[in-house]
Amino acid sequence: MTQIDYSQKIPNNVDLSSDKRLQRALEKWQPNYIDWWKSVGPTDFNENEVYLRTAVSVDRDGWAHFGYVKMPEYRWGIFLTPREGEKKIGFGDHMGEDAWEQVPGEYRNWLRRLIVTQGDTEPASVEQQRLLGHTAPSLYDMRNLFQVNVEEGRHLWAMVYLLHSYFGRDGREEADELLERRSGNPDHPRILTTFNEPCEDWLSFFCFTMFTDRDGKYQLLSLAESGFDPLARTCQFMLTEEAHHMFVGQTGVARTIQRTCELLNEHDGKDVREYGAIPLELIQRYVNFWSSSSYDLFGAEVSSNSANFFRAGLKGRAYEEKQGDHRALDQVFDMEMWDDGKLTKEEVPLRNAMNEVLREQYLEDCLKGVEYWNRVCERAGIDFRFTLPHRRFHRQIGMYSQGFFDPAGNPIDEATYEARKADWLPSAEDRAYVQSLMKPERRPGHFASWIAPPAKGINGQPVELEYVKLARN
Amino acid sequence: MSTTAALPDAPARFSLETHPDRYRHWQLSIEGDVATLRMNVDPEGGQRGDDYELKLNSYDIGVDVELADAVQRLRFEHPEVRCVVLTGALDRVFCAGANIVMLRTSTHAFKVNFCKYTNETRLGIEDASASSGLRFLAALNGTASGGGYELALACDRILLVDDRNSAVSFPEVPLLGVLPGTGGLTRITDKRRIRRDRCDAFSTLAEGVKGKRAVEWNLVDALAPLSRWDEEVGRLARELADEAPARGDRGVELPALEVAEEGDTLRYAHVELTVKRDERVAELTITAPEGAPATAEDAFAQGASWWALRAFRELDDALLRLRLFEPEVGLVLVRARGSAESVETTDALLAESDHWFVREVRHLVKRTLKRLEVTSKSFYAVVDEGTSFVGTFLELALACDRTYVLADDAVPVELGLTGVHDGVYPMANGLTRLRTRFLGTPEAADAVLARSGRLTATEVDELGLATVAADEIDWEDELRLAIEERASFSPDGLTGMEANLRFPGPETMETKIFGRLSAWQNWIFQRPNAVGERGALQCYGTPQSPEFDVRRT
Ligand SMILES: [Fe+2]
Ligand SMILES: [Fe+2]
Repeated sequence: MTQIDYSQKIPNNVDLSSDKRLQRALEKWQPNYIDWWKSVGPTDFNENEVYLRTAVSVDRDGWAHFGYVKMPEYRWGIFLTPREGEKKIGFGDHMGEDAWEQVPGEYRNWLRRLIVTQGDTEPASVEQQRLLGHTAPSLYDMRNLFQVNVEEGRHLWAMVYLLHSYFGRDGREEADELLERRSGNPDHPRILTTFNEPCEDWLSFFCFTMFTDRDGKYQLLSLAESGFDPLARTCQFMLTEEAHHMFVGQTGVARTIQRTCELLNEHDGKDVREYGAIPLELIQRYVNFWSSSSYDLFGAEVSSNSANFFRAGLKGRAYEEKQGDHRALDQVFDMEMWDDGKLTKEEVPLRNAMNEVLREQYLEDCLKGVEYWNRVCERAGIDFRFTLPHRRFHRQIGMYSQGFFDPAGNPIDEATYEARKADWLPSAEDRAYVQSLMKPERRPGHFASWIAPPAKGINGQPVELEYVKLARN
Repeated sequence: MSTTAALPDAPARFSLETHPDRYRHWQLSIEGDVATLRMNVDPEGGQRGDDYELKLNSYDIGVDVELADAVQRLRFEHPEVRCVVLTGALDRVFCAGANIVMLRTSTHAFKVNFCKYTNETRLGIEDASASSGLRFLAALNGTASGGGYELALACDRILLVDDRNSAVSFPEVPLLGVLPGTGGLTRITDKRRIRRDRCDAFSTLAEGVKGKRAVEWNLVDALAPLSRWDEEVGRLARELADEAPARGDRGVELPALEVAEEGDTLRYAHVELTVKRDERVAELTITAPEGAPATAEDAFAQGASWWALRAFRELDDALLRLRLFEPEVGLVLVRARGSAESVETTDALLAESDHWFVREVRHLVKRTLKRLEVTSKSFYAVVDEGTSFVGTFLELALACDRTYVLADDAVPVELGLTGVHDGVYPMANGLTRLRTRFLGTPEAADAVLARSGRLTATEVDELGLATVAADEIDWEDELRLAIEERASFSPDGLTGMEANLRFPGPETMETKIFGRLSAWQNWIFQRPNAVGERGALQCYGTPQSPEFDVRRT
């Protein structure tokens, strides 16, 4: 058995070197993790040096340590945002009590489920994105992809740390299974549907990091409120990394839009496909698909689980301290119910509507990204404006999945929906066209035909830096 | 006279009959000797209307009526079928068990009747396996929780999908503060013989057990991955079908029962039920026709109109209606009438014939008698003028709590023995009604069995088969007093007492299931920790957390 030098190999602030129990668990798990990375991660780039950010401590300059590393040698660390002073539970029935340092027995199963569900998404996205390195539109983008990948790997570590440290044998088994499920595998798929959707082209990748990682942000924000303090602190630290993922998504789509706008201006509004770019309408369809698929991740509108998690103090709202009544016991939520083909307003106990509350917060945040894209169009003098589809559009989960809605959320009949579907969601031709553009651009400082360069490089480096060293391949 | 309006919340009536053409919640398909019953519960199809939604293949009584119908029809209409695959049509979920909102918003009496009925359906599955050799495979294509797993436990074999996610579970105790109500706890210990400490762990783990551990603990028999799912289900179904005997190749169709409602009377072809609301008494009469087929072939040719099948299907329906729709009826007076010869001829077939159809009818009679014995009403068999309690009808009298016999030479009644008393209709406790009756004096049962043919009222009394034998002068008063006295007792006291007294002797899985249902489950369903304002069942799915009275009772 290989001896691990913990402080070196696994940067941490959880005192790993003196925690025998955690060491023993990780000793078994770590080799399986590396095997997993080597078999379903970005496999073909394991030998390349990549300019990556590594978190080596929670200090201000420690969490963003840049340098060239080979991905399998990335130092996946375990960090909890340090806590100052006494932490109290901030919502639910236990509000005002001391936060839990250990898992409370009565909530053990719920907590484990929350952690496993969150943890499952992290490796899933790495699997979904594993082949994208081959078609990267630039070395800069390729590096961003790998940065996202290694950090999702670290997020998996973070969840596994919690499972190993606080959930005994069951936790170890769950940690093993996080490496056994596979995105899109018919036999043992990842838990949530969106994380089994293939992510085959870069426009999908950008939409994924824009919308699906943003779901991750909101799940983390709500878990960062948890009365189980190790979970709260773990999630707080993960959020610092998640911000970069959304930056990749938001600016990736923006640069795609910018490129199209430039070509529209250069060629008087001719079909940009002639110049190897992506029409704005097509981008909108991708946006529609990935955003609606991410809406599903928040779960059913009315949910007893969400009520349970809230009242138990396990999962709050995002930015709970800014919310009104933190017990949320006697309040109601005005829900638009879809019932028998009609929309009706109904009052739902607020606790049971927490999924919807979080989805609302998420939608607002998405809207900011969409406005950012519209400013790109505006600056270029192009009339097109992007929109965020309504929460009812194209849902697979929750009550709206029972009906048919247009992107503005108006109920329509199935025939109309089918007839208009190709205007709203990517068609097979759309996908084939985007796929046809996926030709790698590997010269430093060069960019594929369909995307504009970024405004600046990573960590103050020039855009032309060789972010991924492919020469020694 | 109609006093219906005076009845406090008389339960809404619904049909206990259905047909595969009208199923809303199940898809029945048959290929060769393997049938597949696919659960696909219509969320909007709740039996009571739209005040609850049957999400995630959760069920209510309407769903179970269809399941019971399917099992019954497979036995009668499809003797070629040897294996039934029970599976689900939803993704990742097999069945989430009984619907919680439905339970929470039901009266206690309905909850009990619901549990009783669903238990009978599951025992019916086991009876089809044990008596007809119809094998059941639970192909759990997703998580089976609560009643969903209990349904699987009623099957001969359980296959669970191995997707690293789907589990079997009993979330009742940890989430709802109640018990798995359809025999789950009894079947994990007594049928699957799982270690009791593991049963304890399993029954408190809301999310259940999946994968290899589920097999290791014997909660399921085997696992199969999704990519080989259909193949594995097919292979196991084949294996089960091959171990089961073939019964026949041409079935007997079961048409809808014909029943006329006239005021407070239900009139079937061979059964009549009259409710006297002001007395809280029902009169239930079964009648044998003149003339009956003497050979199995003739009986088979008559099919569903063979009187024995028809009469007991009708009796079964009448009993269910009594239970579900006549909560205030406390006492049922049972009378048998008609041709004693017809019963004797029929009993000879029911006792002796190896014909699959005759055997199915025999088992149906057996199940109907059992249904009576777990009905929370008092039953008196009334052997008075014009009645005829011979053979199978005498068994019906023995199933009652008491037998009143008019013993007067001036008004002769028909009584008699046939070949059905020595094991044709075993009770839930595994014994015959005679052996159960004479548990302490087996020689008394032997004495009855030594006799044959018709008996006089006096002989019946001497043999110990009458509770009260009275002559014409005393008769009316005897009976009237017995009825009035019964009506004066606490209904709960009677229910508990009868349930205690009806099954003396050995315990079986079946008696344990009903015993524990009536004792523990019903007790818990009444307790504040479950149904009080802050009880677990009451709080489930609401913003409130349960609060328990922590004192153990
Ligand atoms: Fe993440
Ligand atoms: Fe992320």
